[in-house]
Amino acid sequence: MPEQSNDFLYLFRGGADPKRMSPEQMQQNMNKWFTWMGQLRSEGKFKAGEPLSDEGKVLSGRKGSVVSDGPFVEGKEEVGGYLIVAAKDLNEATALAKGCPIFDNDGTVEVRPIEHIPGL
Amino acid sequence: MPPDEQTSAFEAGPLMDSEVTRLVDHLFRREAGKMVATLTRILGFENLQLAEDVVQDALLKAMQNWAFGGVPRNPSAWLMQVARNQALDAVRRQQNFRSKEKQITAFLEHRSAAQPASVHFEDEIRDDQLRMMFACCHPLLAREAQVALTLKTLCGFGEEEIATAFLTSTAAIAKRLVRARQRIREAGVSLEIPAGHDLSSRLDAVLQTLYLLFNEGYKASRGEDLIRQDLCDEAIRLTTLLAEHPAGNQPKTHALLSLMLLSGARLSARVDAEGNLLLLAEQDRSRWDRAMIQRGLAHLNRSAAGREISEFHLQAGIACCHCTAASYEATDWQRILTLYDILVETNNSPVVALNRAVAISRVRGPEAGLRAVELIPDRAALESYYLWHAVVAQLHFERGDFSKAASHFQRALELTALTVEQVFLENRLRACREKLAAPGA
Repeated sequence: MPEQSNDFLYLFRGGADPKRMSPEQMQQNMNKWFTWMGQLRSEGKFKAGEPLSDEGKVLSGRKGSVVSDGPFVEGKEEVGGYLIVAAKDLNEATALAKGCPIFDNDGTVEVRPIEHIPGL
Repeated sequence: MPPDEQTSAFEAGPLMDSEVTRLVDHLFRREAGKMVATLTRILGFENLQLAEDVVQDALLKAMQNWAFGGVPRNPSAWLMQVARNQALDAVRRQQNFRSKEKQITAFLEHRSAAQPASVHFEDEIRDDQLRMMFACCHPLLAREAQVALTLKTLCGFGEEEIATAFLTSTAAIAKRLVRARQRIREAGVSLEIPAGHDLSSRLDAVLQTLYLLFNEGYKASRGEDLIRQDLCDEAIRLTTLLAEHPAGNQPKTHALLSLMLLSGARLSARVDAEGNLLLLAEQDRSRWDRAMIQRGLAHLNRSAAGREISEFHLQAGIACCHCTAASYEATDWQRILTLYDILVETNNSPVVALNRAVAISRVRGPEAGLRAVELIPDRAALESYYLWHAVVAQLHFERGDFSKAASHFQRALELTALTVEQVFLENRLRACREKLAAPGA
């Protein structure tokens, strides 16, 4: 039986539109992420995380015969990065996500518990 | 992270809390200006827009990567390499670069091999910025387009920020920039530091634009505080760059730089702790930036090298009188008046004449000041200017005519939209009313 681990996946969607940002605004936006992630790190909550390029492929069909190029969805639905955090439970993981600067720019964070299969 | 780069610039240190603050203020903005200048030289001035897009993408990559992975050891080199890669991609993709692809590729590759810290490299970046400065201030462009283009390409300002500085809409600035770039393409303006016969007049155009940029920041009557301080800083940075280069190292450049430094040094003392505007007489002179004043005086010395006395020389001389006076009372008003007397001969601006009238009033009293105000040609243009009424009001106040003073302070109050000025004028108005209500008034 899979059971819940203490790891949670954050999926970031949308957020600031970089095409419309000035260099100064970009730096300020980055500083906010620094601050938030720095706090997660210093509290030992940060486990892993990376941004995702907006390029990519989607495969489907028999043996993945249908291959389409990204981007695949509208900007606000595209996953721009992920993070894995350690938290006591889903409530704490959700509370931690509230500090994310993506909300300043109408983005979303999807919080998903990572399942852990014992014995594997 | 760019796939084909494994050089030292990409080595990220682990992200520590303290590193967050290590990223220099305005780093993105500064680097944007430098990168656009360099890439535009390589791609050609007609491809300015492409250079700007490439730089925007590089900054975006930095914003995304650094937030997760940490700041690289050499942020500037990291940015330049990413921008270089983006530029190479663009060159390979676009048909119109085919003819010079080899040349551009070789150049971009050579550039990445250069040691970022070397003097040679620094010189190249400086020269790139100077070429861009002369191009942005090309006489073909209207002055306001020159200023907008300088802020966008050389200073890395966004359209919205430029609009805020000039109290206009982002759309208006965007349109202004599009037209300017189009003009540049059509006329085939090239990126070069002018030499020989051309240099003097082209330099004048650059100095005028930098002066305007500084003044936009300096004058208290518009825009947001933060942006205004940035405009002054950028004007000083660019003028310093110019003054240190053989093409710009001329007495008038040093005079302008001196004027900016001697004025900028007093900028923060113009308001008190509550943000209220202070008269020169009320300013706490210990808050003036002494180091900046020293720099200003050094450039004033260097400006005296030639025979030419530009308007910048005179204005810097006036600023120098204020900066070197131990107190308001100790100000050498006679010398200031002499400088204004020379200034009004070449500059017929009513504002300069108004300032001269103030100098007269300090030397010969408020009555003489008011007579000088009466004699200003084009007075009609001044009467819708809040400062004219504020000056006239103050002179009436000093000679004891509180009723006339009150009516002019009232008029000045109606003419300014800026809160700090309104508060200041309301206080003056209250002082008039108190005098009028006092027994024996």
